[in-house]
Amino acid sequence: MERALHIRDDETEQLLNDVQVKYGYDFTSYSRASLKRRINRLLLLDKFPSVAEFRHHVLSEEQYINRFVEELTVNVTEMFRDPSFYKTLRNEVLPILATHPFIRIWHAGCSTGEEVYSMAILLHEANLLHKSLLYATDINPGVLETLGKGIFPMSQMKQYSENYIESGGKEDFSSYYTAKYDWAKFDEVFGSKMIISTHNLVSDRSFNEFQLICCRNVLIYFDKPLQDKVLDLFNESLEPLGFLALGSKENLKFAPVGRRFKQFTGKEKIWRKIK
Amino acid sequence: MEKDKVRSSCCLAVIGGSAGSLDAILKILPCLNTGAAYAVVIVQHRKPLQDSPLADILSDKTGWSVKEVEEKETVTPGTVYIAPADYHLLFETDHSFSLDASEKVNYSRPSIDVTFESAADVYGSSVIGILLSGANADGVEGLQKIRDAGGICIVQDPATAEVSYMPAEALRRLQPDLVLPAEGIGMYLNAI
Repeated sequence: MERALHIRDDETEQLLNDVQVKYGYDFTSYSRASLKRRINRLLLLDKFPSVAEFRHHVLSEEQYINRFVEELTVNVTEMFRDPSFYKTLRNEVLPILATHPFIRIWHAGCSTGEEVYSMAILLHEANLLHKSLLYATDINPGVLETLGKGIFPMSQMKQYSENYIESGGKEDFSSYYTAKYDWAKFDEVFGSKMIISTHNLVSDRSFNEFQLICCRNVLIYFDKPLQDKVLDLFNESLEPLGFLALGSKENLKFAPVGRRFKQFTGKEKIWRKIK
Repeated sequence: MEKDKVRSSCCLAVIGGSAGSLDAILKILPCLNTGAAYAVVIVQHRKPLQDSPLADILSDKTGWSVKEVEEKETVTPGTVYIAPADYHLLFETDHSFSLDASEKVNYSRPSIDVTFESAADVYGSSVIGILLSGANADGVEGLQKIRDAGGICIVQDPATAEVSYMPAEALRRLQPDLVLPAEGIGMYLNAI
């Protein structure tokens, strides 16, 4: 069997520095273990004969950078992932948001948007979608294009429907999309409430104030200093008493900004800004 | 001679298992003497339930502290760590844990191959890889990586495994240092 290429630590640092200088994408504060795996995976996927040739390609073929960024970041997501999280949103968070005349929610690092659509469905069922705006941002322009179309693989719908039911959904999940061959196109009422834009959590600033920020399974890819910096950004971008939702293994507990937040429920990773 | 050198420098034992491996883990853990100079990391395929009782079940069986891994936590000797469901478990060069929610590998997340490979990459010859009962071949490639890095490879004796496919596949594809029943694995770890 042919041995797969493995990028060395020093080659990784060199590449990340070069990419930052040339393209402005700063991966130097990403957790190395995961990042190296992504690079090795890309070396294999795109069949590069050597790390040197890979580096040359990245730096000389400018249109390749989008693929590079998209493959180095993780774009695995699903609708109603962790159903109990969505159940808490549905039963405990949305009733509080409902008291606002206007609801702004930020999905930071939303990838292809399965969680944004999940949220839109929750808002729709709570009769709040008409007064809501969902800001969907990601570092990758390519995944946002998918999000904008609202078209997802039909093969996933069975799993999503099960997640939806487990999250307390009472409707027929398939009524929210139109099936066409292998694809499910979601009702445009959901997409019409989404504002889609690229945003890099490493380098871009706060752009609005929100009542709820969802950023699930994004911080795990950052080193501790970058995590703290991004949590500061979220703090700045939240209204007083706003909510911050993280992934099931992410925590505010050890971050400096953590003292400004109180965990909303014991079980789910949802915090409320208290000062 | 070289083996003894490797053994004395062990600071991490990574145990991978799938179907039928709980039984083996429940035999290994009670054997382990407390106060050891290495950490144990368990990667077991299981359903992505949020409240996993696995840590509680294992806690009852050993004097070691048993916990599910928290993101960026430092690997501390004398602790049994469990890979959280639905995340791959990786090691950073500063010997802390990283989690990764990327694509499944061998239809699995956590994947044993992913953790074994990362352990080999970071710990090199100071890691012991242990592959237990299971119904797929996840972990075999990773075990080879541990071997290539100079670590020790142990495979549960397929005859003693509840589901023999995984250890048998390892024996078919590589030459482990040791083939042992679960109790034997516990005794081996105590001797390092």
